[in-house]
Amino acid sequence: MFAYIVRRLAVAIPTILILVVISFLLMYSAPGGPFNSERPLPPEVLANLEAKYGLDQPMWRQMISYVWGVVTQFDFGPSFQYTDRSVNDVIAQGFPVTLTYGLWSAFAALVVGVSLGVAAAVRQNSVLDYLAVGITIGAQALPNFVMAPILVLVFTLWLGWLPGGGWNGGQWEYVVMPVIALSTSYMASIARITRSSMLEVLNSNFIRTAQAKGLPMRRVILRHALKPALLPVLSYLGPAMVGMITGSVVVDIIFSTGGIGQFFVNSAFNRDYAVIMGITLLVGVLTITFNLLVDILYAWIDPKIRY
Amino acid sequence: MALLDVSDLTVTFQTNDGPVNAVNGLSFDVAEKETLAIVGESGSGKSQTAFAIMGLLAKNGGATGRVEFDGADLLSLSKRQLNKVRSNQIGMIFQDPMTSLNPYIRVSDQMAEVLQLHKGLSKRDAIAEAVQMLDAVRIPDAKARISMFPHEFSGGMRQRIMIAMALLCRPRLLIADEPTTALDVTVQAQIMKLLGEIREEFNTAVILITHDLGIVADFCDRTLVLYGGQIMEEGPTGDVFADPAHPYTKGLLKAVPRLDRDTETLQTIAGEPPDMSHLPAGCPFSPRCEIARDYCSTRPLVLEPLGDNRTRACHASLAEMKQEMQDG
Repeated sequence: MFAYIVRRLAVAIPTILILVVISFLLMYSAPGGPFNSERPLPPEVLANLEAKYGLDQPMWRQMISYVWGVVTQFDFGPSFQYTDRSVNDVIAQGFPVTLTYGLWSAFAALVVGVSLGVAAAVRQNSVLDYLAVGITIGAQALPNFVMAPILVLVFTLWLGWLPGGGWNGGQWEYVVMPVIALSTSYMASIARITRSSMLEVLNSNFIRTAQAKGLPMRRVILRHALKPALLPVLSYLGPAMVGMITGSVVVDIIFSTGGIGQFFVNSAFNRDYAVIMGITLLVGVLTITFNLLVDILYAWIDPKIRY
Repeated sequence: MALLDVSDLTVTFQTNDGPVNAVNGLSFDVAEKETLAIVGESGSGKSQTAFAIMGLLAKNGGATGRVEFDGADLLSLSKRQLNKVRSNQIGMIFQDPMTSLNPYIRVSDQMAEVLQLHKGLSKRDAIAEAVQMLDAVRIPDAKARISMFPHEFSGGMRQRIMIAMALLCRPRLLIADEPTTALDVTVQAQIMKLLGEIREEFNTAVILITHDLGIVADFCDRTLVLYGGQIMEEGPTGDVFADPAHPYTKGLLKAVPRLDRDTETLQTIAGEPPDMSHLPAGCPFSPRCEIARDYCSTRPLVLEPLGDNRTRACHASLAEMKQEMQDG
């Protein structure tokens, strides 16, 4: 197992390098640059700026010096947009916010989704099942840019219970609505996956054996059926976790939370190359990490998987 | 008094084509320490009979009639009461040992939970007893191997584990639903030998469900032949085999390959196994029966006593049958 993890981490290094190369190519193939604006800068000023940020160098050179800076000093470069801040500052400011509401979203999506899915499967074709299926289809069909304003309308304007935006150091009132807006569709997916895999597991022979042993239904489900039923949820959860903890543009903009989702989109619009790269790398590293975690958990749940 | 007394058991499944009866007004009983074979081909309703007794029918299935075990009607028990009977009083072994054990849980935990639940043992004591039971079903090195996962055992070993697990609470009745069907022939023989020894050792009554007449002959006291969810004939195994009283039983026996006779081809019963959603109103076997009369498919079957503890259900009299089935 240890050797397996080391091997996976070793493979992660070339993966990330490939990610860097592709991101660089895509960024530079997009027209425009960080200092293009409606009123063009005088050519001398532009040349000076490009020289300062190294943009006058050939692309392979920029790439190498970027990677060198990251590896040796953990320096992701300066932001072109926010002149007094480095990419490290931008991420340090935005990531804790998305991490906070992202982890809560993951927790909520998992707890509610799994419970709903299990309940629906156990009471298949009952009112509860139809209700759960209805809720999940509705939740998946409702985009979060529609849902978020509705939440603000109801909880802020009508009921006056929650603040309509801001972050305020992550106090719970400010976290609730971003979590609901972000987690709902993930919750719905998890509920649907859980329901269908639970139905499949409940039809398997070893569940009949468990019933023939005289175990109460609750124990049959929790001890014998839940583990295998959660395996498909686990494979979904890897990428979904990354999606949640790296936040969402919609949530960041509508609730003005100041998370990195917003920075990511802005940096893409402004060709803020260093910020784009920084956040892309963050997402890449997180994706690799969570996929590895999922594989380790898989081996822990399923004794037939050995690395 | 019989240990298990099944009367007028009917199992119905609600399907998209409407209700389908898998078992039709079945009655039989099993005495203490007796072994009963329920024989029939696929779709005869033999497994569903077992599931109905244990309350394990699929969600769209339902059972009516009476299943009296030790005086209590299992069909009318609450889930909680039924759970006290399952495994504790009636143990069950299933057809496919490869999928009947939970692949995600260690054998020790799967076995121990039975004793913890029914006998209130501590986990430690439960595992110690489970090891003894694995020894009893001749699993070598049981003490070490009990903490393995099911996939680390062969099919035959897994069926031994299933048998050990079913016997943990010393049930008075063991239902074995085609326990050897999924196994190699040599392993089949070992498992049947083991079941025979276990039956003696634990004084258990056994219902053996099978389509393999070969294993019935020297294992079962009585044999019940099922077709289309109805009894064709029933009686002491030796009598049924020596002198079958039903065209279907005759056909089944002829279909068993014999090593002591020189035959070119395997004998079969013409036609297809019954389609349970389109059974004739009369005898379910009539479409395949070589001596069927015009009225056989419409006139309801009646189970008639034959003397010597035997019963049969056929519209042709015994004499007519024997005369018309010459090569029998």
